[in-house]
Amino acid sequence: MTDTKRPIYLDYAATCPVDPRVLEAMLPYFSDRYGNAASRTHVFGWQAEEAVEAARREIATSLNADPKEITFTSGATESNNLAIKGVVEYLAETGKKHIVTAVTEHKAVLDTCKHLERHGCEVTYLPVAVDGRITPEQVAAALRPDTAIVSLMFANNETGVLHPITEIGAACRAAGVLFHTDAVQAFGKIPVDVEAMNIDLASLSAHKLYGPKGVGALYIRRRKPRVRIAPQIHGGGHERGTRSGTLNVPGIVGFGYAAKLAREELASESARVFELREHLRRRLVTEIPHAIVNGSLEHRLPGTLNISFAYVEGESLLMGLKDIAVSSGSACTSASLEPSYVLRAMGLDDELAHSSLRITIGRFTTREELDFVADLIGREVARLRDMSPLWEMVQEGIDLRTIEWTPH
Amino acid sequence: MAYSNKVIDHYEHPRNVGSLDKGDASVGTGIVGAPACGDVMKLQIKVENGVITDAKFKTYGCGSAIASSSLVTEWVKGMSVDQAMQIKNSQIAEELSLPPVKIHCSVLAEDAIKAAIRDFQQKQGAPGSEGESKH
Repeated sequence: MTDTKRPIYLDYAATCPVDPRVLEAMLPYFSDRYGNAASRTHVFGWQAEEAVEAARREIATSLNADPKEITFTSGATESNNLAIKGVVEYLAETGKKHIVTAVTEHKAVLDTCKHLERHGCEVTYLPVAVDGRITPEQVAAALRPDTAIVSLMFANNETGVLHPITEIGAACRAAGVLFHTDAVQAFGKIPVDVEAMNIDLASLSAHKLYGPKGVGALYIRRRKPRVRIAPQIHGGGHERGTRSGTLNVPGIVGFGYAAKLAREELASESARVFELREHLRRRLVTEIPHAIVNGSLEHRLPGTLNISFAYVEGESLLMGLKDIAVSSGSACTSASLEPSYVLRAMGLDDELAHSSLRITIGRFTTREELDFVADLIGREVARLRDMSPLWEMVQEGIDLRTIEWTPH
Repeated sequence: MAYSNKVIDHYEHPRNVGSLDKGDASVGTGIVGAPACGDVMKLQIKVENGVITDAKFKTYGCGSAIASSSLVTEWVKGMSVDQAMQIKNSQIAEELSLPPVKIHCSVLAEDAIKAAIRDFQQKQGAPGSEGESKH
């Protein structure tokens, strides 16, 4: 990095830089090969279509799927909407109007479910354990004869916690219920195999694996069972009628190449990222008292760390960490003042939920950067605790839960 | 979120961080807010002959909450108790250029100084308790 004034980027779960190799693969499709993939009458269209199909094959290979099972979208929010609304709408005539999901899902799933509730669906929101996980037994117990779809994320965006996807998929398969997973955070970082894991629909996004923003995909199983969905965007009948709209050819080319790189480098890269995260985690929890990792450590993405520093408020900590780019679990920066609903659902005390940082490590993170980060966090947490009345009370041996606070 | 320069200055160089002896009869202590809401302020004043001669704070909260309490400790020093009672949250918000979502931080700082004054006045109203800890 030549630009020393820029913060160190540790927010790879939010988005990633486009890998220079991916950018290079995309560039010709902006200028030289600018054809519309739906143009059947000339070489411009054929080139574009060929590039789109090559990308489709790369993504399918990464999932152990067939290329025909990949539908390109504008991103994972659209994929989640298409999967859930598409299945529910298609099955509406069968009377299946029940959806199973979890309280810790991304808003793209939760708000889609809320929308469907207003249109006559019933939704079961499964609670999570303190480690952030759902059990296959919970899912099985929630299934009903009228359940249309189960939608549970592969890896949580805030904590990196992994659900037992294979077993959940098996429970759904046994009951004949479709299983959708929002695999955005997992795809390209850990193996996602739709056959071995009994997945019927999976949402993917390019920009979480060093591809461009604005392009994603939905995996829709074609065999055993054949999943049918009602399209949600109508028009020219692109993507076999599943999703109309001119294809984003450069974006799709980038997505395909990013998926290929992620697949080829997955084993070595996930080991490297895991080692880096563990280095940072060990330093933070040993050097800072009352530093608590949120969610299961065992069942977790290699690069994600969600950690609370008790008695320090998250937004003030972020303000002191202006040399690093991380995300706060608390939404204080918005008008709502609500701590993270994901951490709350895991049963975290409010002050811990208000004190959390999400640090996500990626392809361009170095150990030197993380040593700088550990030093900086240690200094800032100590400085803010010296300023914290809660820390002072705890040092005096006062149990904060015995105090009558004045909520405002 | 963009913070005003004054908020950043108070956050990076907070004035009057610390604690006074809460058992001292000339010291008033106000603790307002709640951990659940993401901010707790402790503000203390020392009053001699009706004049605030010292003020300290500790705040758990966002940068604007820290800045609001730091600013108030600066302001009240040298004020009479009655003058301090007149401090309005709008003055704090204006001085720090707080955006609308952070107005509650200035409200909390006003509440904190009022709570500290009430605590001091209660101690004065009960002369027998002078020198004894109320906690």
